[in-house]
Amino acid sequence: MINFAIPTSVDEAVGLLARANGSGRVLAGGTDLLVQLRAGRVSPGIIVDIKRIPDLKAVRHEAGGLRVGAAVSGAELAEHAEVQKHWPGVLEAARLIGSTQVQGRASLGGNLCNASPAADSVPALIAAGVTCTIAGPDGRREVAVEDVVTGPGKTSLAAGEFVVDFLLPARGARTSDAYQRFIPRTEMDIAVVGAAVCLALDANGTVSAARVALGAVAPTVRLVPAAGAALVGTKLEDAALARLAAAASAACDPINDKRGTIEFRTRVAGVLARRVAVLAYDRARSKA
Amino acid sequence: MSKHHITATVNGEAVEFLCETQATLLDVLRDELGLTGAKEGCGSGDCGACSVMLNGRLVCSCLVLGCEVDGHSIDTIEGVAEGAVLHPLQQVFLEEAALQCGICTPGIIVAAKALLEKNTDPSEEEIRYWLAGNLCRCTGYDKIIRAVQKAATVMREA
Repeated sequence: MINFAIPTSVDEAVGLLARANGSGRVLAGGTDLLVQLRAGRVSPGIIVDIKRIPDLKAVRHEAGGLRVGAAVSGAELAEHAEVQKHWPGVLEAARLIGSTQVQGRASLGGNLCNASPAADSVPALIAAGVTCTIAGPDGRREVAVEDVVTGPGKTSLAAGEFVVDFLLPARGARTSDAYQRFIPRTEMDIAVVGAAVCLALDANGTVSAARVALGAVAPTVRLVPAAGAALVGTKLEDAALARLAAAASAACDPINDKRGTIEFRTRVAGVLARRVAVLAYDRARSKA
Repeated sequence: MSKHHITATVNGEAVEFLCETQATLLDVLRDELGLTGAKEGCGSGDCGACSVMLNGRLVCSCLVLGCEVDGHSIDTIEGVAEGAVLHPLQQVFLEEAALQCGICTPGIIVAAKALLEKNTDPSEEEIRYWLAGNLCRCTGYDKIIRAVQKAATVMREA
């Protein structure tokens, strides 16, 4: 018998999870949890539905950026014009998760905490320098998204902790981002490689800051500082893009599976990083 | 804990039911409420045969728990026709033979109706992407896409 609770505040949810002694599971969109329940891969003592905590479903302004509730679905996120305008990479990554039906439910918090190396939204969140608030029995802490997932299916969240929201930090005028994934079709598949790039440009169009993150090429999504550094001080000339691609490929530690071999993923990571960098650059320049 | 007592609105009518935590909305619709239009194809959100509207949002009812919907509004294929009068999508699907075995059809009608309410004149590409989560193993999709386009025309001219 699985218990079920619908808390209406973060504190109430923390209390419910604390009392569950590690047997609690958080339910946001449920697009992973219900599949795992059905397959018998999880058998929680209690399921805590966090969608009726108002902050978990809210998108609001904060310090020039946006605070996005962990349970906001992809479809809901897409209805915010500001997300579309200022964080196009985050939005296009979130919108790649599943079908229209899945978009009606699946959340950024769930995509992160499911801890798949191939999670589409996670490279984009990391490239965009997004942090998240984690609530638990010891209070709240603010953590960089890249510090949440520790391995396939594993996170750094302690028992009773859950992700409350994400802070998309304020964006400068000439800053933008992009995300693309390689899949053998155009829809409804899991990334073979995912690449996200966020670029800030100076008034001359020279890259002043760059963050590059890769998905599905290592046990966790990887922030690749060397790939970002390859772009800083450049206008994405061929030599810079070649250094970016080499750094992206060098950061890969993928598995061989039916979706792609080690060699394929490693090579595609470089190709995709280049393409996505050009897209982010064009977006940043056209915003200026 | 005993079963959960849930009240919700289904196709505009108040309903109440009892369910265990792990029962999905699809289980509840089919087994408790006798609404068997939504089908279980995969049970994992891949096929879309169980599509329903939850608070105006298209979802797979196999990926929703029955106990989540307390106080919520659900619209199913059973509410699409107005009495004996078929919805234009239903009428056109029949006229254009946009179904063969019919298992996917309720989900596709519910999903296509959601699209046409947002976009009265979708392109073929928009229809194909919107319906990418509705699998059909019979038609090869072309007849479905054409039927949705024709229904959109009928609805715009109505």
